Amino acid sequence: MPQVTLTVNGKQHTVTVEGRTLLVELLREKIGLTGTHVGCDTSQCGACVVHVNGVSAKSCTMLAMQADGANVTTIEGLAAADGTLHPMQEMFREHHALQCGFCTPGMVMSAIDLVNSHPQGLTEKEIREGLEGNLCRCTGYHNIVKAIAAAAPLMHAK
Amino acid sequence: MYDFNYEKPASLAAAVATLTGDADAKALAGGMTYIPVLKMRLAKPSAIVDLSAAGLSGITVTASSVTIGAMTTHDTVAKNAQVRAAIPALAALAGGIGDEAVRHRGTIGGSLANNDPAACYPSAVLALGATIKTNKRSIAADDYFQGMFTTALEDGELIVSVEFPIPQKAAYEKFRNPASRYAIVGVFVAKFANGARVAVTGASQGGVFRHEGMEKALSANFSPDATAGVTTDTDNMNQDIHASAEYRAHLVGVVTKRAVAKA
Repeated sequence: MPQVTLTVNGKQHTVTVEGRTLLVELLREKIGLTGTHVGCDTSQCGACVVHVNGVSAKSCTMLAMQADGANVTTIEGLAAADGTLHPMQEMFREHHALQCGFCTPGMVMSAIDLVNSHPQGLTEKEIREGLEGNLCRCTGYHNIVKAIAAAAPLMHAK
Repeated sequence: MYDFNYEKPASLAAAVATLTGDADAKALAGGMTYIPVLKMRLAKPSAIVDLSAAGLSGITVTASSVTIGAMTTHDTVAKNAQVRAAIPALAALAGGIGDEAVRHRGTIGGSLANNDPAACYPSAVLALGATIKTNKRSIAADDYFQGMFTTALEDGELIVSVEFPIPQKAAYEKFRNPASRYAIVGVFVAKFANGARVAVTGASQGGVFRHEGMEKALSANFSPDATAGVTTDTDNMNQDIHASAEYRAHLVGVVTKRAVAKA
């Protein structure tokens, strides 16, 4: 069986997988990082979004072997070692941008990618369009948009 | 998903050799369509040949053409300053496919090899009269698309790059399915010195097609009003719960007019 070697949240892992093992299965079932969720399992809902080499990817639609040699960041890799939340997580808390929380890990990972790719700042329209690949079925998007708008300047100030 | 051997050849030649030596092996580009196909057990390949290390990505822009490597992602095309300057409509089309996470992995070569009847890229390739370059030959866009999910590609033939001539003006406009975000109707219009070309995706049972009536009208007068009165035959239109054949035919006119206004 093939082996995949990748870095997840700064730590290197070498894991035996099947050719068909998905990246999200590797993260959740082999490495034990269950913060990344499987919602629709059809690459539409975005609950499984992680960063692969710094940009967002739907981990339910990527083979674990495709991540060989990659640097992966999941929701567990955002907060500082002392527990200080990432500004995006802090603003999601501050603006009550979650209710059940199921979509939240993917929302936060997509939102950070969105802010990173817009160093000039984001309009509300750009935030709403940028969340096209992430579905929330309870809170609605209003507070999520507010949280991202509030987090963007905090992230750029760092 | 059925299990398979995973291979990541380090060159185009090695990828072709693997695919030629095993009739049940399949090439994998970005996987944004093919991995869902595998997950639904609609295919059972013996091996997956990942093309990501085969050196097939990159963009070259000259005074007259834009050439995009098969494994170049939609996000890269959308954000490339040279493509945005040379054919802004092509960059805008790439930036409107799926969502950002999908655009980080989906590729032009994968989209064209799959030829989904509602995919965006085929309309740009056909309207711009692009050339598909493979490991064997060059294929004109007019010969490449052969119906829904069907192309001129042969076994063991891989897309290497796509060369687009730079038009005087062009634009892409799509009317999206609100859930899947695929085009219910998408129209790419392009104006060249020798006339206009118009390609329609999403609408037809036969996949992407050139709209002769619109091309004739827009070659005579490239303006939104010139599309008035040009009709679209309902015979070959798709019909599903999202849109009837008549509605799609109507949308072709509306979306073409919007595309010309945007160009």
